[in-house]
Amino acid sequence: MKILILGAGRVGESVAESLVSERNDITVVDTDPARLAVLQERLDLRTVAGNGIQPSVLQEAGIEDTDMVISCAPADETNLVVCKVAHERFGVPTRIARVRSDEFADGNPLLDKKGFAVDKVICPEQSVTDYIRKLIEYPAALQVLEFAHGLVSLIAVRAVAEGPLVRHALGEIPALLPGLQMRIVAIYRQDKALVDLDGATRIEPGDEVFVLAATEHIRAILEALGKMARPARRIMIAGGGKVGLRLARQIHAEHELKLIEPNRARCDYLATQLPPQVLVLHGDSTDEDLLGDEHIGQMDLFIALTSDDEDNIMSCLLAKRMGVPRVLAVINRRAYADLVQGTAIDIAISPAHAVLGELLAFVRRGDVEAVHSLRRGAAEALEAIVRGDPRTCRIAGRRVDELKLPAGAQIGAIVRGLHLADGSVAENATPRVIIAHHDTTILQHDHVIVFVPRKRMVREIEKLFQVSATFF
Amino acid sequence: MGTLAVVALVGRMVGLFALLMLLPLAFALAGGDAAVQAFAASTALTAAAGVTMGLATRRFRRELQPRDGFVLVGLTWLVLPAFGALPLWLAVPGLGATNAYFEAMSAFTATGATAIQGLDALPLSVNVWRCFMMWVGGLGIIVLAVAILPLLGVGGSQLFKAETAGPLKDQKLTPRIADTARAIWGTYGLLSVGCFLAYRAAGMSWIDAFLHMCTTVSLGGFSSYDASFGAFDSPLIEGVAIVFMLLAGINLMLYYAVWRARSLRPIAANPEARAFYGVVAGTIALLVGYLLWFGYYPTWQEALRHAAFHVVSIATTTGYASYDYAQWPLFAPLLMILLGTFATCAGSTGGGIKMVRMLLLLKQARRELVRIVHPHVVNPVVLGGRQVSDRVMQSVIAFMMIYGATLTGFTLLLLFSGLDAVTSFTAVLACVNNIGPGLGDVGPAVNYGGLSDFQTWVCTFAMLLGRLELLAVLVLFTPQFWRR
Repeated sequence: MKILILGAGRVGESVAESLVSERNDITVVDTDPARLAVLQERLDLRTVAGNGIQPSVLQEAGIEDTDMVISCAPADETNLVVCKVAHERFGVPTRIARVRSDEFADGNPLLDKKGFAVDKVICPEQSVTDYIRKLIEYPAALQVLEFAHGLVSLIAVRAVAEGPLVRHALGEIPALLPGLQMRIVAIYRQDKALVDLDGATRIEPGDEVFVLAATEHIRAILEALGKMARPARRIMIAGGGKVGLRLARQIHAEHELKLIEPNRARCDYLATQLPPQVLVLHGDSTDEDLLGDEHIGQMDLFIALTSDDEDNIMSCLLAKRMGVPRVLAVINRRAYADLVQGTAIDIAISPAHAVLGELLAFVRRGDVEAVHSLRRGAAEALEAIVRGDPRTCRIAGRRVDELKLPAGAQIGAIVRGLHLADGSVAENATPRVIIAHHDTTILQHDHVIVFVPRKRMVREIEKLFQVSATFF
Repeated sequence: MGTLAVVALVGRMVGLFALLMLLPLAFALAGGDAAVQAFAASTALTAAAGVTMGLATRRFRRELQPRDGFVLVGLTWLVLPAFGALPLWLAVPGLGATNAYFEAMSAFTATGATAIQGLDALPLSVNVWRCFMMWVGGLGIIVLAVAILPLLGVGGSQLFKAETAGPLKDQKLTPRIADTARAIWGTYGLLSVGCFLAYRAAGMSWIDAFLHMCTTVSLGGFSSYDASFGAFDSPLIEGVAIVFMLLAGINLMLYYAVWRARSLRPIAANPEARAFYGVVAGTIALLVGYLLWFGYYPTWQEALRHAAFHVVSIATTTGYASYDYAQWPLFAPLLMILLGTFATCAGSTGGGIKMVRMLLLLKQARRELVRIVHPHVVNPVVLGGRQVSDRVMQSVIAFMMIYGATLTGFTLLLLFSGLDAVTSFTAVLACVNNIGPGLGDVGPAVNYGGLSDFQTWVCTFAMLLGRLELLAVLVLFTPQFWRR
């Protein structure tokens, strides 16, 4: 697919990096030639320097035969205008814009074909906020991802010695937790995936375990594997940027919040935007006196959200040292995130990857409903719909053990009943979550959730779902 | 010389005022009552004075400067009651010049304190004039002038601010101040028509409905009967009065917003209006329970009727009475008067320090308390989703200090003149907050006619100070103001 990406900022760069590895033809447009030179050196893509709202620049970037435009310049208005130009002038079929303002959400009539002609709005800030909210909701989880409208969740959890399932073989689990349907799709030990999971594989303390299960069972599973953590009530947030404000707005009703922000004018703004029970503190999040004055030891959770990776790491280390049981840091640089995840810092959140899933679902062929990147982009979980029947599609009507899956890839769960017989979405459907076993048969219109340990296997999986008239 | 330019404008205001006087004159002529001559003479004199002032200072007319605005407002509010008092002085036998001026000032400031005994026996036109003056003064004659006369130019905005109430005066409804003034007067007019028809439907005569409409929507409280609403003794009429007093007690600009949004959300979302209604409802509930507990009324219905009418009447600074509530235990009437000092909203026709200032002060107090515990906290005062600047907070706090000092000073003056403590304190509260009746010698069953001339002048000045929210008047007494 030919994809044009506008803006070589943090989001643009990670989008480009992720898409280029899937054999797409990527062209990146940005006003800063220096940034583009760095990008071109590192990745196999083309760059064009210039202002992307000008049709001439877009033409130079080859927009006429482009399949998709992803506009992620820093300013909302640029992205909206680019989508409009791409649609009106060049007829680009798919247009995605990064829009930060929440007044331009998906479904706004201003975004339809007559308006700015945006097919999909992505907002990294909102994605990160959702990500963090899930982590607050499930205190033991490292990552929580939802599939099939929230019916199925994939959770990552670090096994601890006290967990009832830990030091047991996978084959013993059904006996240990009767009634809990779940499937362990991957185990990472010392950052390496264990290949060939079978009934004899044991879960060891310190393993990062990926489990697929119905969302209602998540809490019980987390308790069986991970640290018993009481739900966070008192939360301190360092950094009152866009994510900090969004997060505080969404969770202040259920949690006691303290928000630290170094910029005085921003503090004033935050205090007017948030209700008075949220304490807005002016100061530096790495200032231990300030943290001490505000009784950081009493906090259940510390979340560092400033734009500075080093500050986030240091303030999290400090907070941990001063007695906070769980600390989360937003870390933009991949190298740093890998470095600190699982050390004193419980979870390193990489904002660029939080938004990738939404985007990837849009880019992929076939009927991919949702894609989530795991382990900061190394692995992936995707949800796809079986559209074809046994004659046109390689997956429909087959048992799981009849499928030739790449090594390590796992079919984890199936959601049945979301669609009617003709494939249209069923109104008031009563879908069923089926945890896949080797003898489970996949039917037409099923939503299938697949775990893919390495990104390069994604294409093979996608081929399984493709419907072709000439298959037999 | 700036003063002469101001006098030129005051001349115009006096001319406008003479036009307003035609209304009672028409009533006097139509009814052929005893006050025809008084009104004819007063109208002629007022018109002549206006024309003379205008002509004599014709050469000095120019754009107003912000400072001139305060002089103009102050002077207008001193001079117009004098002309307004003229027909009262001429038509009411035995009413001295002092009491006539007091009565006119009380009408003009929508206070509702009267010095006249035997209202029922007055010529109709005199009562029309008292109530009509109150209707005009309730919203403000300068706002009216800004709305209908193009004379005030750019300075109109300054004048508007000096006469309307509240600490946050920069909110305009429309880009042009004259349009804003017109919108407010239009709202006020519609509210008045509604009130007029509702009174008539509830059983008043046409003329009673007109007179009481004038003093209800202006939150003034004059009546054409000595017994005030006791003369009707009708729960229905009292109910209508309660509804319209409550409607007039919130910022009139909100109705404009309601009309534009085609929904009641602007009122429901306004923190000041919510606090006003909440406080009034809470106090009514408290007093119903209190009066039943002390056995003043046998049934809760009766307790509710009297508590609701009087709480609303006093809290909105109107001052109607249907019963001598001074006979209730002191706690009840005193609570009502204290409510009257702050309950009404900025931008309404009510008096007092206004609910918005009270809210801001409470928020400021909370802010300081939080700051003691968390020294690094940033918690600006936020009202309706907007940060209130420290500048505004300072002016609110300064206002409260001056307000406190004014109350203390005037109370001491009345005590000095020989009044008892309850009368002195409540008379000052009732005048500065434009409520009307106080307690003791100025309670709901008696009136201000019994005060000495000195005491009457003190009360007169207190009403003026309260109506113009202290600062606009007091600034005229500072030497800096007059230094060039």
